[in-house]
Amino acid sequence: MNIIQTDLLCVGAGLAGERVAIEAADNGFSVICLSIVPARRSHSSAAQGGMQAALGNSAMGEGDSPDVHFADTVKGSDWGCDQEVARLFVDAAPVAMRQMAFWGVPWNRVVPGEQTYYKGGKPFTAFEKPENEGLIHSRNFGGTAKWRTCYTSDGTGHCVLYTLDNRAAQMGVSVVDKVEAIALIHDGAVCMGAIARCLKTGELTAYLARATLVATGGFGRIYRESTNAVICDGGGLITALDTGVVPLGNMEAVQFHPTGIVPTDILVTEGCRGDGGTLLDKNEYRFMPDYEPEKAELASRDVVSRRMTEHMRKGLGVPSPYGDHLWLDIRHLGEHHIRTKLREVDEICQSFLGVDPVHQLIPVRPTQHYSMAGVRTNSDGAAYGLKGLFSAGEAACWDMHGFNRLGGTSLAETVVAGMHVGGTVVEFLSGTETTFKTECMRDAYRKQEDRIKALIHGSNGRENVYGVRNAMFDTIMKGAGIFRNGTDLQESVDKLTEILARARKVGLKSNGLGANQELSLALKIEGQVKLAQCVCFAALNRTESRGAHTREDFPERNDRDWLNRTLATWAKPDDVVPTLNYEPATKVFEIPPGERGYGGGKIIPLEPAPEATPKNKKA
Amino acid sequence: MARMLKFNIFRYNPQDPNSVPHMQAYTIDETESMTLFIVLNRLREEQDPSLQFDFSCRAGICGACGMVINGRPGLACHTKTKDLPEEITLMPLPIFKLMGDLSVDTGTWFRAMYKKIESWCHTKKVFDPAAQEERMDNAVAEAIYELDRCVECGCCVAACGTALMREDFLGATTLNRVARFMLDPRDERTEKEYFDIIGTDEGIFGCMGLLACQDVCPKYLPLQDVLGKLRKKMAFAAVNNILPSFLRKDIKL
Repeated sequence: MNIIQTDLLCVGAGLAGERVAIEAADNGFSVICLSIVPARRSHSSAAQGGMQAALGNSAMGEGDSPDVHFADTVKGSDWGCDQEVARLFVDAAPVAMRQMAFWGVPWNRVVPGEQTYYKGGKPFTAFEKPENEGLIHSRNFGGTAKWRTCYTSDGTGHCVLYTLDNRAAQMGVSVVDKVEAIALIHDGAVCMGAIARCLKTGELTAYLARATLVATGGFGRIYRESTNAVICDGGGLITALDTGVVPLGNMEAVQFHPTGIVPTDILVTEGCRGDGGTLLDKNEYRFMPDYEPEKAELASRDVVSRRMTEHMRKGLGVPSPYGDHLWLDIRHLGEHHIRTKLREVDEICQSFLGVDPVHQLIPVRPTQHYSMAGVRTNSDGAAYGLKGLFSAGEAACWDMHGFNRLGGTSLAETVVAGMHVGGTVVEFLSGTETTFKTECMRDAYRKQEDRIKALIHGSNGRENVYGVRNAMFDTIMKGAGIFRNGTDLQESVDKLTEILARARKVGLKSNGLGANQELSLALKIEGQVKLAQCVCFAALNRTESRGAHTREDFPERNDRDWLNRTLATWAKPDDVVPTLNYEPATKVFEIPPGERGYGGGKIIPLEPAPEATPKNKKA
Repeated sequence: MARMLKFNIFRYNPQDPNSVPHMQAYTIDETESMTLFIVLNRLREEQDPSLQFDFSCRAGICGACGMVINGRPGLACHTKTKDLPEEITLMPLPIFKLMGDLSVDTGTWFRAMYKKIESWCHTKKVFDPAAQEERMDNAVAEAIYELDRCVECGCCVAACGTALMREDFLGATTLNRVARFMLDPRDERTEKEYFDIIGTDEGIFGCMGLLACQDVCPKYLPLQDVLGKLRKKMAFAAVNNILPSFLRKDIKL
C-alpha cells in the first residue's frame, strides 16, 4: 500500500487548484496537486475570452468600479448568488489580474488614440487615453455595463494557466499528473485526504493531507453535447457526494452557452459577440434585437440561449443533419481582427468545420457549458460537512454565480477564489492539527480495491459502461435542457432511478489492467448517474424560473418561495434520489431583489422586501 | 459514397505481462465531418474497450492527443478523416515514454523541461497588491503571446532529427519557451544567463536545421524564425563573451 503525506492535497491542477497550491507553498507548506492530465491540459486552458475585473483602463471601461461590477454580477445571477461572496470577488479581481501580469501573463494592453471597435455589427470609434497607454485593456462581454474583460487575444485561459503553472514549478509545488482521486478519506466529520488511482499503472495510493481541496472543474460531460473537455466528468464532485455528508449546491443551475459549433460542440468565445458579432437565422436575419432591444446578442448567456431556442422553435433555425442551428456572423469584423484577436476561433472554424469565418457564417447553437453548481462551501472556500475539505473554481459552489454566470467570470473566479481560498487554507494549516486515522484510510483503500476487483470480475453484473452512459445522456437532456417542465423532469428522475440500478451492475469487457480507460469510466459511472439525478431532482423540485433554470410550467421568478439555494446530499449509498435541503441564497442584500433589465419574465416579490445592507457588511 | 476506413493501430500495454507490441487492424464506416477523435472513441465504445489514447479539450487547444498519423506527428482531434486515405496507421509519439497503445507520458518530459530552463519570469521585484500594473507596449504583449501559444503537444520533439539521436536535446518547444522569456521585459535574466541554458549542443547548437518542427507544429508557431534568431543571438553571445565591451553587439530577437 502506497501512502504519501502532505499538508495540502489539491485534487485538480487547473487554475483554481494551482492558485491555492501556490499560496500554500509560498507560506512554507508542503503541497501535492493531483491531475488526471498534465496540468497544462486542464480545461482552464480552453477558456478563450477573458477575465472580468473592474480596472477601468479602456475607453469603454471608463467609470467602471467594483460597485458596477458587483451590480452586474448580482443581476447576472438572477439574485441567486451569495452577495457577500460576489462582493469579495469584485473587490479582489483587479489585484488578481495585476498579480497575473506580474507573474508573466501577456495581457493585451491599451493602445492610445482613436480606435475602431464594433457593437452589434456596427463600427464606432473610441478614444483611448494616452495616460492609460500600456495598462491592461478590456473587451466587451455579455451582461455587463462596462467593457471589463481582460484578455490575451483569445487564448486567455491558456496564457494564465501556463503562467500559473510556471509559478507552481518555480515554487516547487509537486504536480503529479495522470493520477485520479477516486474517494475521499474521512470519518464523517474530518477529511484526511484521498485515495487515488494512477492513470499510468493503475496502482492505488493513499494521500494523507491536513487540508484537501477539490478543484476538478465542472461536470459538463454528464451531458452528451457539451463544450467541456472530456476530462470535465464530475470526478471531484462525485468523491464529495459519496461522503454522504458534503452537500452539492444548486445542482439544477447548469449553463448553456449560446455559441457551441455544430457539429462537435466546440465553443467559440463570447468575445465574438463582445467584439461585435451577430446572430442570424435561416433567412440571415438578425433576430436578437427583436427580443432584447437593449442588450441584443449581449444579454446574459441564459437569456440569449433561451431566445435562440425560442427562435428555432418558431421554425426559423437552419436545418442540418445534426439538427437545427443558427448562424454566428463575424465577417464584418474584418480579416485582421479575426486572424489576430479571434485567432483560436478562426482556427477552430477552419480545422473542425472547414469554414473560413472571414467570408462564411459559423453554425452555432446553445450547448451545455458551465456548472454554477458544485461543492457547497462558505465564503472561505471550506466545504460544508467535513472539516479540512475545501473547494474552489468551477467545482465549487462558492456562489458568486447563483443561477447564471456571466462570461469572463469563471476564469476570473478561478484565480480570485484561488487567491482568497489559498489564504484561508494557509490560515487553516497554520492553526489546525489533524489526527490521521489509519482505519479510515485502510477502509477507504480496501473499498476502492474491492470495487476495482468487482468491476474486473463482473461480480455485480456485466452491464456495458458505455451503454449506461448513453442512457444517462439521453435522459438528462430530455429533462434538464434549456427549457424544463414537471412532466419531463419526473420522467427523467424515474428513468435515472433505473439507470442507476444498471450503473451498479457494470462489469468490464476488457481486462482492466494498467491504465485501462474503460475501468476509469466504470469507476465513476454510478457517481455520474447520481450527479445527473441531483440535477434532475433539484430541477423538478424548484418550481420557479431563475437564471439558467427555466420551467415552462413555472415561468415566474418566485422570490417569495425560492430565493434560496438547493443543497443536495446522497445520505445513504443505496438511495435512488438525493436528499434536498435549502438555505437562503444570501444573508446580506447589498442589492435587494429586482429586475435584471433583460430577459423579461415576471417576478413574484419577496414580502416584506428585504432592506439593503450596507456595502461590505458581513452576515 | 461513405468509405470503409481501415485503421492499423499500435497496441501494447506495458502493465499486462501477456501483452506484446503489435499492430491491430480495425475497420469503421466514415461519417460526415469525422475526426480521429470520433473514430477512436467509437472504436473504444463499439469494438475494443481496451484501446488506450488521450484526449482532453478535443478542440486543438490543450495538446493532449499528439500521435503519429500515417507517419506524421499531429493532433488527432483536429485531423479530419476526409483528408486521409482509406488506410490509416496510428502510432504513439516517439521519444516520450509509452503508457499504453497511443498514450504517452508528455507530462514528465515537460515538467523536467520547466526545471531545466527555469520556465518562469525571473525578477527581483516583489508584487505590490496596492500598485497599478507595470505598463507594457501592446505590440510586445502580442509578440510574447505569439510564442506563448505553444500547447506542449510534443509533436515538434517527436519529429526532430536531433531529439531522436540525443536524449538530452531540448527540442523546439523548449527553445521557443526560452525565446518567449527573452522577449519578455519582466524577465530580468541576462544574455549570459540564457547562454548558459541554451548555448550548448543540447540547446540551440544541437539543432541541425531540418525544421520538421515547424512543418508539424499544429499551432503554426514560427519555429524556423525563432530557432534561426536564437542561434544568431547565441552565436554572437559566444563571441561577445570573449570580446571587449566596445566591440560587443546585441542581436534582437
